[in-house]
Amino acid sequence: MSWFSKAASETQITHGSRLWLYVVAALVMIFLVAPTIIVIPMSFSESQYLEFPPRTWSTRWYDHYFNSYEWMSATRTSVVAAFLTMVVATPLGVMAAYGLFVSSFRFSHMIFLLLISPMMVPVVLIAIGVFYVYAKMKLVHSMTGLVLAHSMLAIPLVLIVVSSALKSYDMNQEMVARSLGASRLRAFMVVTLPQIRFSVITAALLSFLTSFDEVIVALFISGGDNATLTRGMFITLRDQIDPTIASISTIMVLVSSSLLVLAQVFGQNKDGK
Amino acid sequence: MSVAESLHAPLAVRTEDAPNAAGLKSDAAKERMQLLGLCSPALVLVTITMVLPVIWLFYLSFLSDEGTFSLEHYHRLTASKAYARIFYTTFQVSVLTTLICVVIGYPLAYFLAQLPRRAAALCMITVLLPFWTSLLVRTYAWLVLLQRKGLVNTWAIELGLWDEPIKIVHNLNGTLIGMVHIMLPFLVLPVYASMKAIDTDYVKAAANLGASPIQAFWKVFFPLSLPGLFAGALIVFVLCLGFFVTPAVLGGGRVIMVAMSITDTIELFFNWGAASALGVVLLVMTLGSLFAASKLLNLDRILGGGRGGH
Repeated sequence: MSWFSKAASETQITHGSRLWLYVVAALVMIFLVAPTIIVIPMSFSESQYLEFPPRTWSTRWYDHYFNSYEWMSATRTSVVAAFLTMVVATPLGVMAAYGLFVSSFRFSHMIFLLLISPMMVPVVLIAIGVFYVYAKMKLVHSMTGLVLAHSMLAIPLVLIVVSSALKSYDMNQEMVARSLGASRLRAFMVVTLPQIRFSVITAALLSFLTSFDEVIVALFISGGDNATLTRGMFITLRDQIDPTIASISTIMVLVSSSLLVLAQVFGQNKDGK
Repeated sequence: MSVAESLHAPLAVRTEDAPNAAGLKSDAAKERMQLLGLCSPALVLVTITMVLPVIWLFYLSFLSDEGTFSLEHYHRLTASKAYARIFYTTFQVSVLTTLICVVIGYPLAYFLAQLPRRAAALCMITVLLPFWTSLLVRTYAWLVLLQRKGLVNTWAIELGLWDEPIKIVHNLNGTLIGMVHIMLPFLVLPVYASMKAIDTDYVKAAANLGASPIQAFWKVFFPLSLPGLFAGALIVFVLCLGFFVTPAVLGGGRVIMVAMSITDTIELFFNWGAASALGVVLLVMTLGSLFAASKLLNLDRILGGGRGGH
């Protein structure tokens, strides 16, 4: 019996009769990954016009990126802002998730909705609103302002990831620790936190990436010495196809795929089980 | 009963008749209040950087240029043909993107849901990798691929699909290709989750009772996967409404959506009143879609990703 006539699912449909499904799925998967992958070899092209495959290979555009004061300064701003956002948003989000989980008031649901609302309100609206308020508070172009705004955007992700981990965690364990004399804080740190740590790490990685990849808010409130990498990329992109962007894109793809691998590794060890 | 409830319940039962019952009860309430205080730093941050600015914009949108209350910005929105066109484009792009995502995303999710665990995890990377990659990088990739002398044109001509380079970027087509690419993971992930939650015994039972594979799919499996499909489509639609980067880069100025119009109004004309009014309309459209969806469908059930059965 060939593979084509083998049963493929519970309904005894054969692999052969749903070959079309495999073809469609394969095409869609290629559509999803190909563009990002193809930029990588293109970034090593010598030519001003991005070619695939490149006729002559060179690291010209990487040299251009690493030797440019503007791009280096923008990269530094983005990395620092993303790191600080992670440091601010993760504890704030974990505290809020824990507080909402253990107190469980009737209006807790409202607070939860309010805290995840940055995910529902269009980012453009948040961007111009923050810009307006920051202009009054003299926070435009400042690192503090950027980190605060990005932390607000990251809190919903931290809250959702950590809340779902807490749901599958048995809170009685913390009760045991407390009945044996541990304070609530100590019980949380020693008993609960280690068991939800993988979700907390995932949440931290997500908040780093939220800030690092954010474009629109940064477009309005970052600038001068504190202009972010994405802001520079977006402004360049609007005008021309600069191959330097291909080299920066390659580096960004490497950063995010290594974060994805990290998250997958941690994800394998499911929390609270 | 949730874990948190069970945490307090025994205390309440035990102390029902005790002389200090009232005191204990108020202590417990006080402690829960303090624990709720753990939310306050996050609440303060979200209030200052989002709630207040949005309220402020709301206020600005009702202010005339002379500083008095007026509806002039909203009047201009309804009177001008240019704005009608922008809203039409926004809806057109959002609806088309959502439809294409459903048509190509559902089969992919179905395929992934039926794979063995390891193979599914491997194929899932193709959905997660773009999800984690910067949207700017992906938009740039499409700009490069779709340009006049780009890879798509070159290969299509070599394969004889068309004779000379055609314009696929800096127009609606380019925008749609880019948007579908960005939005697809938002559809595939919830649909996949809801398919995984379907009890395969239902499908087996249908087959057992004589349903053909196609009947079993349409009569049993498909209806059970609908909550996930609706949730995914809703997320995609709402995200599209406020989208900015991809249409700005791939539309080449020919596809103007509300979000782009808002930034232009600020950056070029410094007209806060007009931009705020547009923003308020965008917010109402977004929240309106979410609200309508939650009324039409049981949103808790969707977001819970439950079995979706009856």
